[in-house]
Amino acid sequence: MNLLLRLENLKAGYLLRSPNGCKIVPAVDGVSLDVLNNEIYGIAGESGSGKSTLLKAVFVTAVEPPLRIFGGKVYYYPWGREVNIFALPESEKKRLAWQYISYIPQGSMSIFNPIRRIKATFLDFFRSHVEGREDELLKMTREHIRTLGLGPEVLDAYPHQLSGGMRQRLAIALATLLKPKVILADEPTTALDVVAQKAVIQLLKEIQKESHNTVVLVTHDMGVHANITTRMAIMYAGRIVEEGPTQDIFKEPLHPYTKYLIDSLPRIGDKQVREGVPGNPPSFLNLPAGCAFHPRCPYALELCKKETPSLVSVGAERKVACWLRSGR
Amino acid sequence: MQKLLEVRNLTKIFTLGSFVARAKIVAVEKVSFSIAPGEIFTIAGESGCGKTTTARIILGFEYPTWGEVLYRGQNLQYLGNRRTWFKEVQAVFQNPFETFNPLKKVENYFFATVYNYGLAKTRAQAQELIEDKLKAVGLAFAEIEGKYPGELSGGQLQRASIARSLLTNPSLLVADEPVSMVDASLRMSIVNLFRKLRDALGVSIIYITHDLATAYYISDRIAIMLRGNIVEMGTPEILVQPRHPYTRILLHSVPKPDPEAKDDAPVQILEEQEEYLLEGCKFAGRCPEALAICKHRPPQEKVYSDGTMVRCHRYS
Repeated sequence: MNLLLRLENLKAGYLLRSPNGCKIVPAVDGVSLDVLNNEIYGIAGESGSGKSTLLKAVFVTAVEPPLRIFGGKVYYYPWGREVNIFALPESEKKRLAWQYISYIPQGSMSIFNPIRRIKATFLDFFRSHVEGREDELLKMTREHIRTLGLGPEVLDAYPHQLSGGMRQRLAIALATLLKPKVILADEPTTALDVVAQKAVIQLLKEIQKESHNTVVLVTHDMGVHANITTRMAIMYAGRIVEEGPTQDIFKEPLHPYTKYLIDSLPRIGDKQVREGVPGNPPSFLNLPAGCAFHPRCPYALELCKKETPSLVSVGAERKVACWLRSGR
Repeated sequence: MQKLLEVRNLTKIFTLGSFVARAKIVAVEKVSFSIAPGEIFTIAGESGCGKTTTARIILGFEYPTWGEVLYRGQNLQYLGNRRTWFKEVQAVFQNPFETFNPLKKVENYFFATVYNYGLAKTRAQAQELIEDKLKAVGLAFAEIEGKYPGELSGGQLQRASIARSLLTNPSLLVADEPVSMVDASLRMSIVNLFRKLRDALGVSIIYITHDLATAYYISDRIAIMLRGNIVEMGTPEILVQPRHPYTRILLHSVPKPDPEAKDDAPVQILEEQEEYLLEGCKFAGRCPEALAICKHRPPQEKVYSDGTMVRCHRYS
């Protein structure tokens, strides 16, 4: 098996200090997963399910207060070795970030400095990682932009002259400049309209196909997952509730929550009445006991209210955390 | 067909820059449509197509450069008391977290609306009215009482925002991208709510969106806009059998919720400003089926027997 990234019981959350004491928001609660080489791995879930926090914790250098890592391990596999990223010195972490693993944060179309040309941002980024003459670096940047199907003239533009879709694609170009093995993308298609969204999906697919690396894609849009990911995980209240190949999940969802997410998708040409997931997503400060989904689950058993189900294998490739499937 | 609202040749031109170097952007160009009572009418298109500007003119936030908006046959511009207009037409906005001031309690918005329009005299009466409207959207007053916007979820806030717009018993709701900031799991419950309100209260809804799947799901009629023009308008069936090449491109961009139908045909984005300046059909630069005439002359409307309107040289 060709592992690129491995999480072991990762726990991360936000430490909130107030005069009345400390509060912990457990946004990621014991997540374990393996991301393989040459795949597009999707993470789905509602807002407030902890999926963005998970990406930040994995990227490590994005961990800033109030976000804290409370436990677990994150392994990277650069150049055939296994390294526990939390045990590395700061300088090593910085080297791995962007060269081995890169991160496209949410709302990344606004990362460019509004009063500088796009190329200035690219050059700054290059200089902080690679030694070289300015014209050489610029040449490499142009080459990279060209392979992504963007015209080199955009480098001379100011951010406000470009549309949101174009800026988002440039942000992706920036994150892939150093040819990382793993690209973490946080909601890269949200806030874009349909045509721009399609262009971004295609760009990510193209990059993955060209360089055989891995993309970890976080989005709440199940339609995007269906279109691009090969394997996916569904997060609910900081835990993974289902994992498996995207095709199988769409064909036969095992967790009731996943089933709701898929059934609620409207399709053009089909007027059948569709329902959303009933109820409201839980707050991390006040999670329900047992399975966090039980207050919204129509199949909830007595057991679900008391004990939290763990993620267990179903068949060779799939996993689910639901008492209905695993039983006692 | 009795018309609740009629929009005739609506045009809005924004001028940019100083009077030395002036650029004109035609945000809305000769848009005409009408809405029947109890109808859900969708305006769909990419960002920058003029759908929000159209909505803002209907809401009275913006004056049209040309054209008129008729409400039950009466021109909006000559309406003496604008308050009656605001009472009839209410808005639901895109981002529920930005609709409400984070430092103000949600209930204050409700009471302010009630008192502004003189809908109730005492607080008890007001509360009864608010309770009633909240019930219509599936919330209870206890759920929002004393709470700040940050304490409610996005779905709850959007419901509250809809409930607030219902307070004046409007006959038309203008919903500008009401679900694009709401989670996918709650999206359908909001969309279903619009349909339920239409059925229960007979309110007409202008639903503005770029999400064609939900548009198909709830609309009675759909208009596809491109750079200020309506290029195709008709029943939701125009999304099943699109005539205009732009509608086809939009449809093709919608990610299908089916992993087996992975579709890799490329799409093209053209930068906004260039398209506004095109002389003929605004889509000519991207259109895979463009004719020679498309670049020079704007296409004329063609109306089919089923009521579908298409604006494309291929059909006229």
